[in-house]
Formats: sequence, structure tokens, C-alpha cells
Amino acid sequence: MDSQIDIPAEDEHDSAYAGLLVNDAHWAFGTDFEDPLAGVDTTIPDGVDAPTLAAYALMLGDDALVMSHRVSEWTSNAPDLEDDIALSNIALDLLGQSRLLLARAAKADGSVVPALPEGSPAPPEDALAFFREAHQLRNVRLAELVNGDFAEAVVRVLLFSVWRLATFERLRDSRDHVLAAVAAKGVKELAYHRDYSARWFVTLAQGTDESRRRLLAALEELWPLWPELFDTHAVEAAAAASGVGVDPAEVRAAAEGVLDQVLDAADVPRPEARRRAGVLGRTGRDGMHGEPLSRMLAEMQSVARAHPMGQW
Amino acid sequence: MTLTETPPDRELEAGFEATIARNDRIEPRDWMPEGYRRTLVRQIAQHAHSEIIGMQPEGSWITRAPSLRRKAILLAKVQDEAGHGLYLYSAAETLGVSRLELTELLIAGKQKYSSIFNYPTLSYADVGTIGWLVDGAAICNQVPLCRTSYGPYGRAMIRVCKEESFHQRQGYELLATMMRGTDEQRAMVQESVDRFWWPALMMFGPPDDASPNTAQSMAWGIKRHTNDELRQKFVDMSVPQAEALGVTLPDPELRWNEERGHHDFGQPDWEEFMEGVKGNGPCNAQRMAHRRRAHEDGAWVREAATAYARKQVSA
Repeated sequence: MDSQIDIPAEDEHDSAYAGLLVNDAHWAFGTDFEDPLAGVDTTIPDGVDAPTLAAYALMLGDDALVMSHRVSEWTSNAPDLEDDIALSNIALDLLGQSRLLLARAAKADGSVVPALPEGSPAPPEDALAFFREAHQLRNVRLAELVNGDFAEAVVRVLLFSVWRLATFERLRDSRDHVLAAVAAKGVKELAYHRDYSARWFVTLAQGTDESRRRLLAALEELWPLWPELFDTHAVEAAAAASGVGVDPAEVRAAAEGVLDQVLDAADVPRPEARRRAGVLGRTGRDGMHGEPLSRMLAEMQSVARAHPMGQW
Repeated sequence: MTLTETPPDRELEAGFEATIARNDRIEPRDWMPEGYRRTLVRQIAQHAHSEIIGMQPEGSWITRAPSLRRKAILLAKVQDEAGHGLYLYSAAETLGVSRLELTELLIAGKQKYSSIFNYPTLSYADVGTIGWLVDGAAICNQVPLCRTSYGPYGRAMIRVCKEESFHQRQGYELLATMMRGTDEQRAMVQESVDRFWWPALMMFGPPDDASPNTAQSMAWGIKRHTNDELRQKFVDMSVPQAEALGVTLPDPELRWNEERGHHDFGQPDWEEFMEGVKGNGPCNAQRMAHRRRAHEDGAWVREAATAYARKQVSA
């Protein structure tokens, strides 16, 4: 009972609301730090082809943008509050990575940024996110699928984060300062995404008959898109050759090793499903997507496109 | 059945009354009258449900946010609301009711949430208006609750209020930014304020002469101000903010009263308010269906987690 209510006097405490018109530095937003790369060395390393660097950053940025969108659709829909918060967190982390990577792409090669009406205040990373067509996006197809049940979310986040973490662990050594910094930060985030999804993977596999059935079905459904993550696109090969990027083929062994550990812990056999074919041999990295992406973009881009001169 | 009827509890009751009178906190293990416990469970649950249902109107704009920065801000904000729900359900659990029980009461329509969330969000400006006016009204209601007599509730509210004032700030900042944009954006902001002003005033509850629970809640130190006092405070604070933004508040009776030192203002449509309370508001059915679906869709996951945990214990 010795818990005296030691909060500030009424007037002082009630003033939390009244400070709204004061524009002080106490608040962490405002229009002052719009440039997400402010203070970062954005010079292009010697011998690196700027368009290659931009195209490579777009690939990684688009993966995060599209995956973030799908994960964010879980907000207010998750099985429990803790998972709602966790999934929102994963979506936020990926959104942050995407913003930095799209900004990096625009800074390296301005010609990748779609033209907006003269005087549009949209920053280049927003022009890239909100004013490109589906075929201009370079994300892997795993990221864009329409959401399924919670087991599908768990398996998708697991496959995506195992692969992306293996990539980012190497990308920390990129000769490009921005990519190296994004990777250094991203590794910590992705380690959490992987941990979260791996725990749920094991829990669902070992929980009830229904949860195991749903988990196996989700794995079966997503497995055909796993090999695509390790295909080497010409841009990735060139980025890797100049020391700014990572060749996906080179992270395959590490990623498979981690995934095998999770499968073992869950007592789940590796699926045997075949890889999903592309169209004329082209897949996500070539801008060849499934049907859901254009629908996703129609929603994502609707407000931005209705107000190309808008201030947000 | 109630403990207060047996003689030895008179002493306990006196101790409780003395704690309230000293402005001390009542803690979970302290004796408390059944009515106090019941009132708290009702209020904390309603508050927790409001946070969770309140994720929906703004959450529906996450996938359409017009810039990456706004998307991050909105996603973080809606995530905070889930966090608020979590602390509040935890505070309610100290009174002996589980989160699951409360969720089931909500879904069965036996507990309520704030009627404001039964209004639709129709444009991106609504994200700003909800931050400014709805979170602003919520802060007016909630800041005094930091000093509420029940310890776990008061402490949860301190953190909730800090985050809410941040939310309010982001809403105001969004509107201010949009007002510097195009004519269409300014019109969007005004239209949004026109729609949310009256519902925001309703958030303080019915006028004092029609609010049956206020007197007892104030005597117990659960509530610290009446509905009308808080409404007045909100109007007085909002008027200069609206002027700074450059929007008009949609109340022809709104004017400064020199004598009272406060603004005079009109009354919201209390019949519309009651429709929302009775379940007939524009989005009641939609909000409840969303919550019920999410809860039911997640049942197999929660069962799996329980089954897995049980296996780990017995292994």
C-alpha cells in the first residue's frame, strides 16, 4: 500500500496534449530529415557500374517492399496480439530496408526513377515504390503471393528470411557503403524474423494434427518458389563481380543448411515439389510476375497516384 | 454473496476507503469492494477492446499509405495500439479475468468498445484526423486515468498516454503537411474534419446529467473528471489548433465566451451516438465481423501453441 501516486501535479501532467502547437526538436518527426540516406557516404566505389548498382539495389528493395506489404496485411488479423505485434514489426523492418534500398538505387542512377509531373514533391524512393508498373518490379515471386493462413505466413517468412539473412551476412562486406550499412542493420532484423518464424514452424509442426497438416500444406505450396531465390540474374552476377553484391547461388549452401536444421527440429521432411516454371524462362527478377502483383500495386499505389503533386 | 456484507470486512472496507482518501494506489492483492472490481473490469476491458477494434479503421490504410515514410508511421502506430490492448488486458488480468474471456465477451457483444471506431475511414486524411481529434480526445480522457486509484491500470495508462500523445502529434503533422499541399488535399482534410468533429465530441460520453456511472466512479477515484468537463477542455484546446491548421470546425454555435473563459459549442447528435452504442452505427457489424473472424481463424494456432507447450512440459 506504499505506492503513493507520484506523478506530476495535475496541470503539468494534463499538458501532454497542450504542447501540440510547439514545434520543438523533442518530436522525432517533421520535415527536416526527409532524405533517408542523409549523412551516409553515397559515392559509387571505383570500378562499379552505376546502373548495375542501381538495378541490384532495386531487386533487394523490391523484395522487401512487396514482402512487407503482404506481411502488413496481417496487422489486426493475427491469431493473437503478440503475433500481431511481431508481424507488424517484421513488416516495418522490411519497409525500412526497402526505403533505404530504393533511395540507394535512385541515388546511384537517377534514370531508374519514373518521371513525375514537373514540381512533384515525391522523393525518388516514393516515385520508385508508387509509380512503377508490375513488370518494372524485380522482386522474387515468393514475396508477392496472396496471403494464405497463418501457417503460410510462417513458412513464407521463414523461407524469405533464411535466404535474405544468408545474403545480407555477405552483403555486409559490400564495397558500396550504403549496401554494407543496410545489410549490417538488416542482419539483426532478419535474425529476428528467422527466429520468430522458425519457432512457429516447429510449434505448428509439433502442435496438433491440424496445425501439422496446415504447415505441411503451406510448405508444399511455397516450396516450388524456393529454388528461384538462388538463381543468378545477370545483374546479380555483375554486382557480385564488382564487389558490391552477392551472387545468390553462393548463399544456397548456407541457406539450405539452416533450413535443414529447422526441418529436422520440426521433424518435417524436405518436400519434393518441383520448381515453378517462369514465362519464356523469365521470373520475378526479370520483371515477370504472377497475377497478384499488379492487383497489390493497384491498391498500394492508389492514393499516391491520385495525387502526384501531393505533399505527404 | 458479496464480501462486503460480512462484518469483518467492514475493517477492510475502511482500509480501502482510507487508501482512496490518501490518493494511494489499490494493488491487485489489496481487498476491494466487488463493485469497484466490477467497474474496473468493465472499464479496462472496454478500453482494451477499443484499442484492438481501433486498429481496424486506420489499419485499412496501411496498404494504401501514399509514401513509404507515412506507411512506416501508420504501421508503427497501429502496432502501438495492439501493444496498448496487450497492457490493458494484462491490467484486467490482475483482477481475475483472462484476455480470452474478455475477447469472447466482446465477440458475443456483451462488452463494448468506443463508438468512435464505428465510423468509417474514407480518405487518407482520416488517418491524420483520427490522430489529431480522436487520439486527442482519447488523451483528454486518459491522462487523468494515469492517476486512477487502481495501480496496474494507472501505470499502464502512463505508457499508453505517452504513446498516444505521439500518435496525436503524427496525425496533426500529417494534416499540417497535407494543408501545405494541393487544393484537393486541403479539401480532403476539411471533409475529414467535418466528419470526425462531432464523433470526437461524443467520445467523452453522454452529458453529465445522462451518465449513470460517473458519480460512483469519481467517488472511487477511478474517474477524475466528468464527461462535460473533459469535453469542454477538448473543445478549448482544439480551437486554436484548428486555426493553426487552417480548417473550420463544423459547429455554427462555436464561439469564445469571455465571461466563462471557455468556448460555447453545440451538442453532437446523441441519437446517432445511441445508435452506435446499440450496435447500429455505420461500421459496428463490420468491425465485429473482422474481430470475430481474426479470433476464430486463429483458434487452431492458439490450440497448436498450447498443445506444443504441454508436450514440452511432459517431455
